[in-house]
Amino acid sequence: MAAGLLHVRLRQSAPFPLAVEFTAPPGSVTALFGPSGSGKTTVLRVIAGLHRPAEALVSCGADRWTDTQSGTFLPAHRRPLGFVFQDYALFPHLTVREQLALALGHRPASGRAERVAALLALARLEDLAGRRPAALSGGEQQRVALARALARDPAVLLLDEPFAAVDWALRESLRRELMALQRSLSLTVVLVTHDFEDVAKLASHLVILERGAVAAAGSVPDLTGRNAVPGVAGWREPAVALDARVVCHDSARQLTRLAAHGLQLDVPSVPAGVGATVRIQIGAREVILASRRPEGLSLHNVLEARVVAVESGGQDALRLVHLAAGDVRLLSLVTADAVRTLGLTPGAPVLALVKAVAVDAFA
Amino acid sequence: MDWTALALSVRLGLLTVVLLVPLAFLLARTLAYGRFRGRGFVEALVALPLILPPTVLGYYLLVAFGRASPLGQAFEALLGRPLVFSFEGLLLASLLVNLPFAVQPMQNALAAIPPNLRDAARCCGLSPASAMRRVELPLALPGIATAAVLTFAHTLGEFGVVLMVGGSIPGETRTIAIAIYDRVQAFDESAAGLMALVLLALSVATLGVTNTLSRRMASRN
Repeated sequence: MAAGLLHVRLRQSAPFPLAVEFTAPPGSVTALFGPSGSGKTTVLRVIAGLHRPAEALVSCGADRWTDTQSGTFLPAHRRPLGFVFQDYALFPHLTVREQLALALGHRPASGRAERVAALLALARLEDLAGRRPAALSGGEQQRVALARALARDPAVLLLDEPFAAVDWALRESLRRELMALQRSLSLTVVLVTHDFEDVAKLASHLVILERGAVAAAGSVPDLTGRNAVPGVAGWREPAVALDARVVCHDSARQLTRLAAHGLQLDVPSVPAGVGATVRIQIGAREVILASRRPEGLSLHNVLEARVVAVESGGQDALRLVHLAAGDVRLLSLVTADAVRTLGLTPGAPVLALVKAVAVDAFA
Repeated sequence: MDWTALALSVRLGLLTVVLLVPLAFLLARTLAYGRFRGRGFVEALVALPLILPPTVLGYYLLVAFGRASPLGQAFEALLGRPLVFSFEGLLLASLLVNLPFAVQPMQNALAAIPPNLRDAARCCGLSPASAMRRVELPLALPGIATAAVLTFAHTLGEFGVVLMVGGSIPGETRTIAIAIYDRVQAFDESAAGLMALVLLALSVATLGVTNTLSRRMASRN
């Protein structure tokens, strides 16, 4: 798997305006995040060579895949990449085994059967090898699509809303599997999503798209945990994602202490060693604000913070309060009434009570 | 019962299917996926035999195949006999007349393949040619079968165009449909009735086979 920096730059004015540039380091997971209609999928299609915008540069390491300036265009079928489509795009007339074999044209014929077997094992599809897509569940189809994309021995793996079509419970386990695969193969992944959970749980880098342009780009913890993310007030579930270090475990209380940029958090025991880095996610609905230190609470984390900004949320009666706690940016979704009664104006000191912290041992 | 005429019709039908379906598939694919100027015009041209009276179409083909036309002269120079009133002329006419019956079902079937599947084929490393062979062709199979059956059945039944460009030369251009007409003209009701019955049975059998096939293919996909 020839890893190299993926560099994407594109610009078009029709059929809709799009001006995007970003780089994805080898082995990184870059999330293209934004509302539908922001041009996310088109960016993936440009990387894959399925769409040719007026102006584009797509390079991977030293290889130029698209360069409209020099007229370079490597056809889609010659690009070493795997594409998992939103609806999986499995071939209805082929069995699982045949789908995988179809994508192995770049390998010598003699080794293909062996490779199919390895891919079936990798995606835990051995028992389903003879089935056609119609006889597979949504989660199974997703695994086939992923295995088929990996069959290409891709330098870059492109995922278009990979979990949109599966239910919530399955999403968790599929994310876990995907991350494990990404780790073990050190794949460069570009992921399109409008679900911040995907960003928080999978991505190392984030490119936020809005109406065809990059609104912000950077590493996930830097961007969401330390800066004001553009458009966050419009998200269905505003949240921040951070990378934290495991400081110590308190086995008697079944708690783990985490530290992130001067912030300390106690969370239910995390299966990660001391010193390990974990990704944490704090939803704006999980943060309660108080003007005085309360007593007798079931929650563990009461953080001293300062109001940075107050935004109107997606709903009329709610406000999204941006807080600075240590070096970390937190979000809290409160009522407009609470903003008035607590005097939440920029600069005001406030206590942030963090109810729940989602922890993933991926980061 | 004119067995020669029936054999000729079947031969004409099969040859038309074998020659037309592959060519029409490529044309159908261009029309289904191509984005080019004049596509609407080509589509209209393909559909023309559907609405044009067979005698009108036959008349123009007669002119185009005639000894005065470049096509007719070229054929005669090459094979030493005229194109009109020959089996070859009939076959050529049959290919043109059946164009819509062959192109349209395949074009619809190809257009119905989700674009994502064709993209996925490219992203699986398939060149356009192998994507056509391994993805588009199998997925369009019901449309291809329909095209073949319609073409065959329509060739058996075609009357006006055949009469115009082929006439009624036994063993050369007298098809079963022409033979039935001949027998009726000669007040040979029993022969006409028998041949009509054979043609009817053949048509019903063809439709039955197609229905079974397409149902099987539908359940497979």
